[in-house]
Amino acid sequence: MTETTDAVLRKTPLYALHVALGAKMVPFANYSMPVNYPAGILKEHLHTREKAGLFDVSHMGQAMLTALPGIDIAAAFEALVPGAISELKPGQMRYTTLLNAQGGILDDLMVTRPVRPEHQHQLFLVVNAGRKQEDFAHIEAALDGKATLARMEDRALLALQGPTAAKVLARLVPEVVELSFMHGRRFRAGTDELIISRCGYTGEDGFEISVPANAAESWAQRLLAEPEAAPIGLGARDSLRLEAGLCLYGHDIDETTTPVEANLLWSISKRRREAGGFPGSTIIQAQIKDGPKRLRVGIRPEGRAPAREGTIILDANNAEIGHVTSGTFSPTLNAPIAMGYVAASHAADGSPINLMVRGKPLAAHVVPMPFIPKRFHR
Amino acid sequence: MTKIFYTKDHEWIRLDGDIGAVGISNYAQEQLGDIVFVELPQPGTKTAQGDEIAVVESVKAASEIYAPVTGEITEANSALEDAPATVNEAAESDGWFFKIRLTNKAELDGLMDAGAYQSFIEGLA
Repeated sequence: MTETTDAVLRKTPLYALHVALGAKMVPFANYSMPVNYPAGILKEHLHTREKAGLFDVSHMGQAMLTALPGIDIAAAFEALVPGAISELKPGQMRYTTLLNAQGGILDDLMVTRPVRPEHQHQLFLVVNAGRKQEDFAHIEAALDGKATLARMEDRALLALQGPTAAKVLARLVPEVVELSFMHGRRFRAGTDELIISRCGYTGEDGFEISVPANAAESWAQRLLAEPEAAPIGLGARDSLRLEAGLCLYGHDIDETTTPVEANLLWSISKRRREAGGFPGSTIIQAQIKDGPKRLRVGIRPEGRAPAREGTIILDANNAEIGHVTSGTFSPTLNAPIAMGYVAASHAADGSPINLMVRGKPLAAHVVPMPFIPKRFHR
Repeated sequence: MTKIFYTKDHEWIRLDGDIGAVGISNYAQEQLGDIVFVELPQPGTKTAQGDEIAVVESVKAASEIYAPVTGEITEANSALEDAPATVNEAAESDGWFFKIRLTNKAELDGLMDAGAYQSFIEGLA
């Protein structure tokens, strides 16, 4: 049975390198991906916080959206997302969400406006692996007659994250030091055209590096040859993003959660909150005005037992008020952390709650996120 | 000479008279990865073979530990509560979870000895 599953799993251009590095490979979003290398999740996590971690995120969907003549690509894309795309300056990028008609989140994604004047009719998109087919079909259908979408299947995506990421990458591509946080552009390195963005999903300074698939292994090996860099699997990627308070699609956000409920209101600009014009904007505007019924919050359980996804959250009187959507043991804090949705009445920082772990209530508190200070490069 | 037996769920039990120390195999700790939490049974707890009796959690997930035999818990290795990584470092010695007084030694006949368990995990690879 497992053989058939393995047979249909897709492989990224770095598959052979992962295996050679001794990775434990697991199925994730239809790909065979490294969950950890021999160092293990805990060491890989701490290494990323201390030095630089290299992640294969080639399973994510990269695409170039190109306007048809006479169409403003940013204005057209704003019909699908609540983010302020029109205000993006050349080379600037933004986190936003694709929404359905109820304001539910179809996916979260990164949108970059290219730098060059001749590319101002384009947007570079990076979406989640597990959603890329649906996202791209949705965007194509919604922007039919306005824009075309080119899936960049011939490119791999590497993420280099950590306090020494800039130093490491600058040895190979010196100009990257000029990039500020949430900016990206094309770089030529030797014969390869790279798209390097200063962003990431760990709470650290770092970069996402889009490389031609046939050059991916060589770039990964050159980065891993640097003394500060180590390969990091999806296991540590998950604990790193959770410490940073960042959502994992399909767990912390999905089609039933709006950006307001998901505590992603910061990703909707003042203009867009007022003007609307995105899917579900009436519902979202009402939630902004009246407050959502439930909210995604950070949670610190007492003791050492992690509360995992699906754990029921109770108030002090043991009435059900929500559930955990992600939970792990934080290697940085050496303590369990979680996030989940609670009734708005219990969402204030410091609110005491109980978590039903293996049939017993476990005391916990609502806490602000991120769980650790962010160290982005501004 | 003490005898060690293994279950298909990767618990081991090392016998000393009527009492057996129970833990998870070295293979199991390798599969789980970094262990960050263990939940141990209270001494005095009575359990039947195959019942969930303890929990071990890695960064990634929780796993149940099943009682390899029927009996009564006599002691829990409380040192693991503050140092769960001991299970990674010494799964089949210092990383024991609890001790159990066996009430039906015949159950041991259904478990594997070290050689049989080695063949069993090689078959899983």
